[in-house]
Amino acid sequence: MNKVNKKHSRLSIVLEFFGSMNLAITILVAIAFASVIGTVLQQNQPYNDYIIKFGPFWHEVFQSIGLYNIYGALWFLGLLVFLVLSTSVCIYRNAPVMLRDMKQFRLNVKEKSLRLMSNSQSWTTDKNSEEVEKNLQYFLKLKGFRVRIKEHENHKVIAGMKGAWNRSGYIFTHVGIVVLCIGSFLDGGFGLTIKEWTGRIIPETRDIRADQVPATARLKPDESLSFRGSISLPEGSSSNLVFLNIRDGYLVQELPFAIELKDFRIEHYASGMPKSFESDLIIHDDQLEEPLVQTISVNHPLIYRGYALYQASFGDGGSNLSLLAWPFNSKKIQTLEVKVAVNGKRSLDTLAGKYTLEVDDFKMFNIFPNSKEEKAETGKRFKNFGPSFTFKMRDASGAAKEYHNYMLPVTQNERRFYLTGMRGSVAESFRYLHIPVDKNDGLDRFMTFHALLNDAVKVRRIAEASVKSAMREVSKVDKKLQKDVVTSMMNLLTLFNQGGYAAIDEDILKKVPKDRQVNVAQAYVKILHNLLQNTYLVLLKKEGIATKEGVSAEDSFFFEDAITALAGIGAYGSPVYFQLAEFKHRESSGIQITRHPGQNIFYLGCLMLIVGIFMMFYISYQRVWLIVKPEGEKLVITFAGSGNRNQRDFAEEFKKLASKVEEFTS
Amino acid sequence: MSVTNEFMNNEIQPSFFKQLNVFDWVFAALLVVGSIYAFQKYSHLMDSYEVGILFGTAISFIAIGWIWKPARALMFYVALISLFAINLYGTDLAAAENNFFLKFLFSAQSATMWMSALFVMATVAYFIELFSANEFTGKVATAMTWAATAMGFIGLLVRWRETYLHGIDIGHIPVSNLYEVFILFAIITALIYLYYEKLYETRSLGAFVLLVITAAVAFLLWYHFEKDASEIKPLVPALQSYWMKIHVPANFVGYGAFALAAMIGVAYIIKDAALKRNPQGLVALRLPSLDMMDDVMHKSIALGFAFFTIATVLGAMWAAEAWGGYWSWDPKETWALIVWLNYAAWLHMRLMKGLRGTPLAWWAVIGLFVTLFAFLGVNMFLAGLHSYGEL
Ligand code: HEM
Repeated sequence: MNKVNKKHSRLSIVLEFFGSMNLAITILVAIAFASVIGTVLQQNQPYNDYIIKFGPFWHEVFQSIGLYNIYGALWFLGLLVFLVLSTSVCIYRNAPVMLRDMKQFRLNVKEKSLRLMSNSQSWTTDKNSEEVEKNLQYFLKLKGFRVRIKEHENHKVIAGMKGAWNRSGYIFTHVGIVVLCIGSFLDGGFGLTIKEWTGRIIPETRDIRADQVPATARLKPDESLSFRGSISLPEGSSSNLVFLNIRDGYLVQELPFAIELKDFRIEHYASGMPKSFESDLIIHDDQLEEPLVQTISVNHPLIYRGYALYQASFGDGGSNLSLLAWPFNSKKIQTLEVKVAVNGKRSLDTLAGKYTLEVDDFKMFNIFPNSKEEKAETGKRFKNFGPSFTFKMRDASGAAKEYHNYMLPVTQNERRFYLTGMRGSVAESFRYLHIPVDKNDGLDRFMTFHALLNDAVKVRRIAEASVKSAMREVSKVDKKLQKDVVTSMMNLLTLFNQGGYAAIDEDILKKVPKDRQVNVAQAYVKILHNLLQNTYLVLLKKEGIATKEGVSAEDSFFFEDAITALAGIGAYGSPVYFQLAEFKHRESSGIQITRHPGQNIFYLGCLMLIVGIFMMFYISYQRVWLIVKPEGEKLVITFAGSGNRNQRDFAEEFKKLASKVEEFTS
Repeated sequence: MSVTNEFMNNEIQPSFFKQLNVFDWVFAALLVVGSIYAFQKYSHLMDSYEVGILFGTAISFIAIGWIWKPARALMFYVALISLFAINLYGTDLAAAENNFFLKFLFSAQSATMWMSALFVMATVAYFIELFSANEFTGKVATAMTWAATAMGFIGLLVRWRETYLHGIDIGHIPVSNLYEVFILFAIITALIYLYYEKLYETRSLGAFVLLVITAAVAFLLWYHFEKDASEIKPLVPALQSYWMKIHVPANFVGYGAFALAAMIGVAYIIKDAALKRNPQGLVALRLPSLDMMDDVMHKSIALGFAFFTIATVLGAMWAAEAWGGYWSWDPKETWALIVWLNYAAWLHMRLMKGLRGTPLAWWAVIGLFVTLFAFLGVNMFLAGLHSYGEL
């Protein structure tokens, strides 16, 4: 007997602990606190970012306590489990009380306890007992109470109750919480966490083709209860493999059906902002008589066999580009046609040796917000620079620079340019070379000018001619001086061709004493510009443009822009300029695929929670008791009531009730 | 016996519907006719959910109008003036510049400016009333709050139309960015306040509640003038969903009620301190009883909690449709949970532990900061999926 009792009490201590309000509040606060950390510390970033931010020591600490993936950490799961346990125990202990409250009228109340209640009143009457009881019942029913009567030895108890549903609100709310937690546990992907813990799966971290991923990182179609992954499908391709990102690795989940992307579309508003993303999908499944055709878009997923397919992102799926390579630093313009696909590579023989061209991306639109002035002028909030592509040029040593070229010329300050950006590493932003266009929006004039400047023989002739004519004006002909000037002109030009103004500056710093550097630099620039101008005049003459009367504003702008661009070619670092001549766009659609079998359980829990909350807040649970006791000739009536919600409101209501009752009973 | 019968018959409460008068039925009929008209005219632009939302809204508005009579008048005037303004617009946005009524009164921008001005004036009036106990000033304050609320609604409704005048594909309900929801916040908070003002027949809390509305208005004006935020922009694809129509307003009933509770918390703390220092002082005398403030605070948090729960669940359902999962621990989502847990703990402490008084008042005030972070801070400081307005 004793043993049983002991056991029983131990159990009740455990229940007491789990069901205690303090524990519940502690857990609520702990979850809230952990959630705060999870939002302030960005989750699931590459480990390197964290190491940079926190240093190796704290990184190690944070990683080991799961701060980088709090919502997947075991201790967080533990908190949620505790919450469910605590709430369940609470229900277990309180629900019977609530149910009893709904059913029992407590017909055995003692007069003394009624008098002790805060809402209580008592009076005597000389009316006849039967009439009083009948009227009391009738009255309470009118006021919406359910009424029960019990006859005791020397008195009668009339008990009324209303709003009993309020009590079940507690049950709905708390069972709802347990249910929704269970639903979300089903969908939390904890199966995977456990498999990973027991070593049955090992996320793959290498960047390899899906069919090479080892079995330890593969999941069979129905192996995981719930997951959330993504797949990037180029137009015209199909796949049944989904990639699940796990920290710095991934798993490959097989689907029981294949998804084909027929077409991907982006629509734009007139302002240029994207309006919709849509993918036309075809589902191939042995279970289907014929393939299922369906379009998905943002906010309109396809749910198929418990899998949900969402439009999530988009990218290039291997567009075919046809490029025209213009050589830099060559006296001959010999363009080369290069065909390459996005994500593809090609090796190229250039004047500067062997290079590999790697095309990384192609974008059909480049939309930028307009400045205030531009907005006023064009009436548009955005401008579109048209198609562009990014690529790397890797030299024989393996070093690479990254480039970003636009297909179409862009207007800036009323002049038009081909823009090509270069950067040495991903951390930098692109610096753009602005290559001015000729009348036909082409590169010919610039390239001809550039080639001419690289043709030493021709430029020397121009230099000589200009020096001659200049000196004829000034003094007697000095052959030696002439020759020296021409040589230094040519040297300057070579430096300029190789490295722009920076190369000339460097040369001056090396060779000229400090106190004369500024003067020399100014002189050099004058000399160089003289040569460049004269070369440009030759070019204009060749084009059949008369220059006697001076150069048109347009042509002189071109000259200025061309010089700026030419000065940048050295630093640009690529032996060629790639002009995008033609493309065949092939997009890819990023589709998110999820499986959440607990979703409807979760929703059921939510519904119960909401229903329960409204019951608790907006149904007022009230009960009243009347004891009618004959005392001599008279009747003593004791009236008391209790409401579980707003005490203030109930006190008022009770006062009104009591005065009415008193009125018709006395 | 016969006396009692008569007595009892007097006690028979007519059913709720029998208590409705002609105005109530006319009001309901107008709403029904209006929504059927809207359905006939625009059903080709709506999906079935939106049709459901249209009629659901009509029914809820009827219910609100029946339960809280002053709301009928508000709805009536707001509808009348909005229709008038929309009619003035016709199909030409430029009318906002040319037409007198639109330019100075009822274009979305002007109406919003009027709302702002009226709220600020009402705040001042409530403060004067608080210290002077002047009945007339109090009435003026209440009237201005009603007018400001009406102007806010008119501003939003006219703006709704304006979005469509910008382009049929641009049109959307104006609860899509921070500028628009700040208007919503101001008017919902004011409405909830007006309800309690009438219920408890005291105006001395108005100064406190209007203070938080004025803060919102200040932000709105800064946002408008500094950031050009009132400009109408098309919706990004993620926001193009009927869910927005219910998720956002439900959220703002929650935010409004929590803000109200917090401001009453402030009043409570002040009164409590004043009572301790000098029970016969002006502040101690003018503020309502602690008991009553405690009550309103609780009711307001209960209301906010109920709606916030609905809003969060709706948000989860929307997320399940837009992002591929009903719960992704996105910062906005997570902060909604934090707010929710906070008030769940508040309610438990009050109802189960019987906690009362200043601790709860302080907690309600702190709750406002938590709410504020969920509402604004997340957008400003944390990266996430919510494409909802950035500063
Ligand atoms: C997930 C955690 C929980 C949440 C979100 C939650 C939520 C709520 C809500 C919203 C209420 C309504 C407030 C009211 O009007 O009373 C409530 C009431 C209540 N909760 Fe919880 N609850 C949780 C856990 C618990 C636990 C673990 C217990 C057990 C100790 C508990 C015991 C109660 C009780 C006894 C009531 C009052 C019922 C009544 O008499 O009306 N709750 N809860």
